[in-house]
Amino acid sequence: MVVIDIETEDGQREALRRMQTIRSFDSKAGDLFADGELPGFVHLYVGEEAVGVGACSALEENDYITSTHRGHGHCIAKGLDPKQMMSELYGKSGGYCNGKGGSMHIADVDAGMLGANGIVGAGPPLATGAALTAQLKGEDKVALAFFGDGAVAQGQVHEAINIAATWNLPAIFVVENNQYGEATPVEKQHNVQNLSETAEAYNIPGFTVDGMDITAVYEAVKEARKRAADGQGPTFIEAETYRYHGHFEGDQQVYRTQEDVDIWKDRDAIETFKTRLIDAGVITEDEYDEMKAEIDEEIEDAVAEAKEAPYPDPSEAYEDMFSATVPEISQFSSQMRADGGRGRTDGGEDQ
Amino acid sequence: MSTDTASGTGPADTKEMTFREAIRLALREELERDENVFVMGEDVGKFGGVYEVTGDLVEQFGEERLRDTPISEAGFMGAGVGAAATGTRPVVEIMFSDFIGVCSEQIINQMAKNRYMFGGKTEMPITVRTTEGGGSGAASQHSGTLHTWFAHFPGVMAVAPGTPAAAKGLLKSAIRSNDPVIFFENKEIYGQTGEVPLDEDFTLPIGEASVEREGEDVTVVATQRMVGESLELAEELEGQVSVEVIDPRSLYPLDTDTLVESVKKTGRLVIADESPLSYGTHAEIGMRVMENAFFSLDAPIQRVGVADVHIPFSPVLEDEVLPHASDVEAAINRIV
Repeated sequence: MVVIDIETEDGQREALRRMQTIRSFDSKAGDLFADGELPGFVHLYVGEEAVGVGACSALEENDYITSTHRGHGHCIAKGLDPKQMMSELYGKSGGYCNGKGGSMHIADVDAGMLGANGIVGAGPPLATGAALTAQLKGEDKVALAFFGDGAVAQGQVHEAINIAATWNLPAIFVVENNQYGEATPVEKQHNVQNLSETAEAYNIPGFTVDGMDITAVYEAVKEARKRAADGQGPTFIEAETYRYHGHFEGDQQVYRTQEDVDIWKDRDAIETFKTRLIDAGVITEDEYDEMKAEIDEEIEDAVAEAKEAPYPDPSEAYEDMFSATVPEISQFSSQMRADGGRGRTDGGEDQ
Repeated sequence: MSTDTASGTGPADTKEMTFREAIRLALREELERDENVFVMGEDVGKFGGVYEVTGDLVEQFGEERLRDTPISEAGFMGAGVGAAATGTRPVVEIMFSDFIGVCSEQIINQMAKNRYMFGGKTEMPITVRTTEGGGSGAASQHSGTLHTWFAHFPGVMAVAPGTPAAAKGLLKSAIRSNDPVIFFENKEIYGQTGEVPLDEDFTLPIGEASVEREGEDVTVVATQRMVGESLELAEELEGQVSVEVIDPRSLYPLDTDTLVESVKKTGRLVIADESPLSYGTHAEIGMRVMENAFFSLDAPIQRVGVADVHIPFSPVLEDEVLPHASDVEAAINRIV
């Protein structure tokens, strides 16, 4: 199931499964990173699961999303395969980007996932562009940009919203206010009470919702999607949430206390939703435990598969720059290879 | 290259037109040919472009496809990238190349990197048109020549034609290409005329240089405005020095073979490009010739460009720093 119909019991179970998949995937990624298994940086989505899954549950299969540096959750919420994601985290062949993107750049355009992004604020203009394509082609598609509270301080975000609003594009802007822009609290980065006040400047609807409540996020995005698809333009939604981990793995988090974290963990989105589904008779505690065990096994399998997968052939480093053949790349790479010619540039035929 | 060569099947009709008109013709033909093509930028619609390049296209194609943007380069450049990634072929106009500074994030980290970073699973069929060059008293923030920056930056094709025919053929190739192309137009030659093929399938491959004039004694590799000026100079010097003039037309990819073949014949090279001299287009062309034709060189390579200063306002100062045919002549005289 790629698209979740959260208004059905099957859909609710799937939504819970996907939130738990994000939690298990990212918890595992954090452990692997701590063990020195994963190269690069890892930014985890743990704690914010209700936003990604709630928002994507309100979208149709062909809709687009743009993501952030904290993108694993968005990928899973949009229906991407955790196995291919884990391979990408390992930099292995068979990963979504064949090892060229890593954790921060997973993309699957065919699945409507226009890319996790290492640049804060770069996603909203891309979503505006995807929404422009939908408008120009007359397609029933919308584009949703996920971005963080830190990105709301960036100019290109406001430019993108202004363009989408002015052109009445089918776009949805979802701020994940996880309370910190890197290590600086949101209060020190913005002079407004709610980031959704941003919407007023562009004369579009703006809402602040509880980002720990999947239903609240879903309802807001569902309404926004309806407006967008009906030609009524973009909506700005702020989802108040919290990241349980640091900005990046290894972050000592000197800027907050465990008590601060625990206050939010008391409202954990997965626990809340699980309890609600148990109370409604949609799932039992045992069924949930079974589901979680399955997911954990699936993630372990993904790790095992990723570990077993081969690294890309080094020569692949010189592929994928252009769709066309560019002579420079093959010429320079052959001159630079470690076959005795590294760093040497050959003289020409006229020698 | 992904682009077609000139088909040769159509009538060989040409028409004399300006550089500006050649670009407008290329846009018109591609907008007609492919409904996924659209143009956006500041004042490109009803106003017709600040240099009147888009002209009356809005009357034929409407405001949806000749789309005036807010003055927000980062926003609409990013929208162009997002649109290209999702199935359209945007032509994004940045009024002056100096303004690329405002939106360089979307060019550098999104447009240029997405295809590679995503393992080749994204296509990026976007063309960025922008103006370059001094000579109109516009001072530093409207006169820069930035093509070296983007010819250097991996993931972007950089095209800078010197004649109206090249402008038409290469812009059509850029729009049809699935790769990001930045198309640099020197605004001082918008009014320059030349014979332009009328064939709607006339395209030129990106990455192919043009020998505009054959000669025996010295090769002048000239770009943009320097092409016409060098051709006139070559005519004037006829009988004294035989000058071969080559327009590389595309700076990345660069047609090394044509440049090298020419230098192997003439033994001497002058590179004339209106950009700062340090670490630039001149150095790249010179180095490629050095690597491939070192033993054919009979004299040191000469560079004609801008002496690492910005373009000043006062006409006297501006004229001082811009390269002219007289500088090319002096360079030739130093080595012939």
